[in-house]
Amino acid sequence: MDIILNIQNLSKTYESGGRTLTVLDDISFAIEAGSTMSIVGPSGSGKTTLLGLCAGLDRSSSGIVELNHIRLDNLNEDQRAQVRNQHVGFIFQNFQLLPTLTALENVMVPLELRGEKNIRPRALELLDKVGLADRGHHYPTQLSGGEQQRVSLARAFSNSPKILFADEPTGNLDAETSEKVVKLIFDLNREAGTTLVLVTHDLELASKTQRIIRIRGGSIVSDVKTLSENPKRADHGG
Amino acid sequence: MAADHKILTMKGQGSLNYRWLLLMAWRDSRRNRSRLFLFISSIILGIAALVAIYSFENNLKKDIDLQAKSLMGADLIIETNKAVKEEALPMLKTLGIERSEERTFASMIYFPKSGGTRLVNVRALSGEFPYYGDIETSPKNASRSFRLSKQALVDKTLMLQYDAKPGDSIKVGELVFQIAGLLNKAPGQTGFNASVAPVVYIPLSYLQDTGLSQKGSRITYNFYYKFSPETDVDKLAKSLEPKLEKAELDYETIESRKENTGRSFEDMTEFLALVGFIALLLGCIGVASAIHIYIREKINTIAVLRCLGASSRQAFLIYLIQIAGIGLIGSMIGAFLGTGIQQFLPIVLKDFLPVEINVSISWIAIGQGLLLGLIISILFALLPLVSVRNISPLNTLRLSLEETSLFKDPIKWLVYLILVLFIFYFTYVQIGSLSKTIFFTMGVLTGFIALAALAYAIMWLARRYFPLSWSYLWRQGFANLFRPNNQTLILVVSIGLGTTFICTLFFVQDILINRVTRSSGKNQANMVLFDIQTNQKQALSDLTKRMDLPVLQEVPIVNMRMTEIKGRNAASYKKDSVALGALRGLEREYRVTYRDSLSDSEGIVDGKWIGKAEPGKPVYVSLEDAYAKRIGVKIGDELTFNVQGAPLKALVGSTRKVDWNRIQTNFILIFPTGVLEDAPQFHVMLTQVSSNEMSAKYQQAVVKMFPNISMIDLGLVLSVLDEILDKLGFVIRFMAAFSIITGLIVLIASVLISKYQRIRESVLLRTIGASRKQILAITALEYFFLGALAAAAGIILAMLASWVMARFVFETNFSPELLPVLILFSLITSLTVLIGLFNSRGVLNRPPLEVLRSEV
Repeated sequence: MDIILNIQNLSKTYESGGRTLTVLDDISFAIEAGSTMSIVGPSGSGKTTLLGLCAGLDRSSSGIVELNHIRLDNLNEDQRAQVRNQHVGFIFQNFQLLPTLTALENVMVPLELRGEKNIRPRALELLDKVGLADRGHHYPTQLSGGEQQRVSLARAFSNSPKILFADEPTGNLDAETSEKVVKLIFDLNREAGTTLVLVTHDLELASKTQRIIRIRGGSIVSDVKTLSENPKRADHGG
Repeated sequence: MAADHKILTMKGQGSLNYRWLLLMAWRDSRRNRSRLFLFISSIILGIAALVAIYSFENNLKKDIDLQAKSLMGADLIIETNKAVKEEALPMLKTLGIERSEERTFASMIYFPKSGGTRLVNVRALSGEFPYYGDIETSPKNASRSFRLSKQALVDKTLMLQYDAKPGDSIKVGELVFQIAGLLNKAPGQTGFNASVAPVVYIPLSYLQDTGLSQKGSRITYNFYYKFSPETDVDKLAKSLEPKLEKAELDYETIESRKENTGRSFEDMTEFLALVGFIALLLGCIGVASAIHIYIREKINTIAVLRCLGASSRQAFLIYLIQIAGIGLIGSMIGAFLGTGIQQFLPIVLKDFLPVEINVSISWIAIGQGLLLGLIISILFALLPLVSVRNISPLNTLRLSLEETSLFKDPIKWLVYLILVLFIFYFTYVQIGSLSKTIFFTMGVLTGFIALAALAYAIMWLARRYFPLSWSYLWRQGFANLFRPNNQTLILVVSIGLGTTFICTLFFVQDILINRVTRSSGKNQANMVLFDIQTNQKQALSDLTKRMDLPVLQEVPIVNMRMTEIKGRNAASYKKDSVALGALRGLEREYRVTYRDSLSDSEGIVDGKWIGKAEPGKPVYVSLEDAYAKRIGVKIGDELTFNVQGAPLKALVGSTRKVDWNRIQTNFILIFPTGVLEDAPQFHVMLTQVSSNEMSAKYQQAVVKMFPNISMIDLGLVLSVLDEILDKLGFVIRFMAAFSIITGLIVLIASVLISKYQRIRESVLLRTIGASRKQILAITALEYFFLGALAAAAGIILAMLASWVMARFVFETNFSPELLPVLILFSLITSLTVLIGLFNSRGVLNRPPLEVLRSEV
C-alpha cells in the first residue's frame, strides 16, 4: 500500500519567556493513500500544530515530514507553498474564504495559481456539486456559515489534491448543517479518492474515519482502527 | 512517483504569472476601492502643487525666451556707474544702427499741487529706446511725446498717491516738468521693483538744467543699441570685451539677460517646488500609515493565499500592483488638478514677474508629476508592504505563536535607506546645493524620528503610569494609546508632522515681520538724507536744528575701488580659481567712511583700531571681520585703492564685528581720519521725525533748499516692505495651503482608517450592553489624547525649528505669540476628535451584527 504521509519522530518546541515549551514530542505515524484518519484530543493537546506540520504550513523543530514522498522539512517556505498547491487541500473551522473574492473566484484561485487555463467550467462544476451553482457571484459575507464551508469544500477539491486536511470543519456550524457538510466531505472524498486527515473534538465525526489517533500533551496516546469501511475498498467492492 | 519528486528540484515558484497577479490585484481591490482611494488622496495635492510649479517654470522659461527682446528693449546695453572715460566715447557713439542714452539716479521729486515729496528713480532718456516692446503709458502716445519738450512720465502709483493728473507738473531738481502721462510699465520692470523705486522719465536734454548731474552724484549711465537683424550681437560684444573692461564698462545682451532672468527665477521656483515637495512628503506619510493598517487587515487573506500555494513574492506583488495602480490614478488626478492650478500661479506671482506668462499645458511637467507620484507612492508603501513577505500561512489556523512581525525585517532598513536617498536626491535636483540638501533632508528626518520617538515615549509612559484611579471610560480611552492595534505612532507622526510644518511657516513669517519692525523702534533714526555735498553740510544741519529735529549721525562717504589685494590685481586672481572671494572684492565698488572712533554697533575682533593716520606713516584701515575672511586678508596685509583716479595704499589694521540690524550707517571698510578729507565725497545724515506731517514738512523744506539731496523716510520704506512681505506672504500662504489641506486629508484618512481598528471592539462593547454615550465618550477620549499629544508635539518641534532659524539664520530673537499657537492646538485637537466621532457614527447607529458583516 502506498504511503501518502509519513511522520517520523516529529517534535515542535517554542521558546517563550526563556522557557522551552514542547507542543509535540516524538510523534511518528504513516497514512496510506486514499484512507481517512482523525486526530482527536483535548484543547491544547497539540493536534492543530500537528496538522499544520503535516500540511507543510510550519517547520518542525526535529523529525521528518514526508508528504507524497517529498521531504517537507528540507524545503523553504515558497517550495512548501508549491507542494501545498500541487497536492494539498484545506478545510478550516472558520472557512477562510478570501473576503474580496466571489464564491466562484475563491474556488478558482488554487487552479489559477497553477497557471491552468479554462478553469471556470471546473469551478462551476464543483460549486454545483456542493449545491451552490447559483451563488457563484456572491461574496463570502453574503453567504451563510454552511454555504461558506461548502464553497471552501469546493475550493479544497478544485486542485484534485492527494490529501485533504480539515481542521474542525464543523466547529462553527449547527448540528443540521454540520451533518450536511460532513456528508459532502466524505462523498467528495470518496469520489476523488483523496486521503482525508481530520482534526476534531467531535468523537462521532472521528468515528466516521477508518483510523483515530488520540493525542494528549503533545504525544500519541492511542492509534486505533475503527469499523468504518475504507472508502476506496468500498468503491472497489461496489 | 518520479513526477512527484520533481518538486524537490524546483527552486521556489517558477513563473510569476503576471496576468493572474494583475487579476488578483484587481479582484482584491474591488471591495476596498474607496479606502484605497482615500490612501492615495493625500498625495494628490502634493503632485498637483509640483505639476503646477513645473508647468509654470516651463512656461516662464518659454516666455522669457520669447519676450527677452522686449524685456531688454535693445540688442545691447552698455552700462557704468562712473562718468564715461573720454577714450571710450568714440566707440560708444558709433556702435549699432540706432542708439539711445539714459542716465538714472535716485532723487527727490516735488509735486507742487499737493506739496508732496518722494524719493524716485529718475531716468533721463534720449533717443528712441526701447527698440523692442514699449514704455507702456496712458495716454499711449505719451511714451514718445514726452521726449520732445520739458515733460515727464510718472509712475502710476505715485500719480495716484499724490493725486496728480497728466498736465500737472512736478519739480525734479531745479526744473519743473509737465506730466505727459502715467507710466504703467517700463521695459523689464516688475510690479515689485516699481513699488520699491517708482520711476520718473524725463528727456535727457534737460538733465543738466535740473542741477542733479554734478560731480560725485551717483548716476548710472546706460547706452542702448539696436543692431541690424543679421548682426551676431553676442559675438560682437565678446570682441569688444577687452575695450569695455579697460573703460570699466559692463554690457548685457539679450542672451545674457535671458540667462540672468531665468536664473533669478530658478531660485523662486526651486523654493516653491520644495514647498510642494513637503506637501507631497506629508501626503506620503499618510499613504505609508494607511497602507500599514491596510496590510495588517490583509494578513488573513494573505495567509489563506499562502496556504493555497501562493509564493511570498506573488502575495507581495499583488499588493504592490494595487498600490502602483492607485498611485498612478492619484498622480493623474494630481497632474490634472495641477494643470488647472497653474492657471492661477501667474496671478499669484504677477508682481514678481518681468514677463507676461502665456499659460499652456506642459506635458513634461505632467510626465514629471506622474513619474514622481508613482515612485513616491510605491516607495512609501514599500515600508509596510515588505511585511507581506513574512506573513505565515499558519495564521489561517490561528496558532502562530511567533507573532507576525511587521518591523523586524532587514529589508525594511533597506527601504528606509532608499527613501532617505530618494528625498536627498529629489531635494538636490531641486536646489542644487549639497549643504542645503543635507540641511533639508536632516530636518525632515529629525522631525520624523523625534515624533516617532515621542510616540513610543507616550506609549511607554501611558503604560508605566497608568491612571488606575480614573473612571472606566477615561481608563478605556487612555489605554487605547498603548493597547494592541493602537494608532499612537501613526497619528502622532502624521498629525505631528503636519502641525510642525504649518506652525513653522507661521513662526517664520512672524520672525521676518518682527525683525523689520524691531529695527524701526523708538529713539531710532527714521529719516536718512544722502547725496549731501560738503558745502551743504553746515546749512542742512542748521535747517534741521531750526526745525527742532536732532542730527543723530552725520558721516562722510567716499566711493572707491580696490585694485590690488596683497599686491595682486584682478587679472592675477582670475587665473586662481580658489580665490573667488578676492576677485569679487576687486570687482565691486566700496562706499567708505573715515572717522577717529568706532560706533557703538561695532567691536574689534582682531588687530588694533587706529583712528588717525600720521603723515608719512602707513594708513591702517579696518575691515568687517566676515568680509576680510571672504576676500582672504589678515592683519597687516596690503590693499591698494583707486579713489576716483588717485591710487592709495593701506594696511589692514583691524577687523570688526558689525551689527547690521541697527538703523544707522554701517560700513565694511573704514579709513582713519587724516587721509580722505580732500577726496570727492558726499555726506549722509540721520535724523528722527516724530510724525508724518513733520516728515512731509521737513522733506519739503529740504527739497526746496537743496534739490539734489535725497531723503528716505523709513516709515515709507516700512510700509513698502510691509506691502512686499504681504505679497510674498500671500505666495507662501498659497503654497502652504497645499500642505495644510494635505495635512487635513492625512488626518481624515488616518482617523478614518483607524476606525477599522476599533470597529470590532466597539461592536463587542455594544453587544455586551455599552450605551451609545459610553462608546462615544471612549472614542472621543482616545482621539482627544491622540490629537492633543500630536498637536503639542508638532508645535514644540516647530518652536525648536523656528528658534534655530531665528538664532542662526535670521540672527534675531524668537518670541512666539502664544494665542495663535493655542488656537492652532485646539483646532487640530478638536478636528481629530470630530473626525474620529464622525467616523464611528456607523457603529453607533446600526445593529452590531450588520456592522460586522458589512465592514469587516
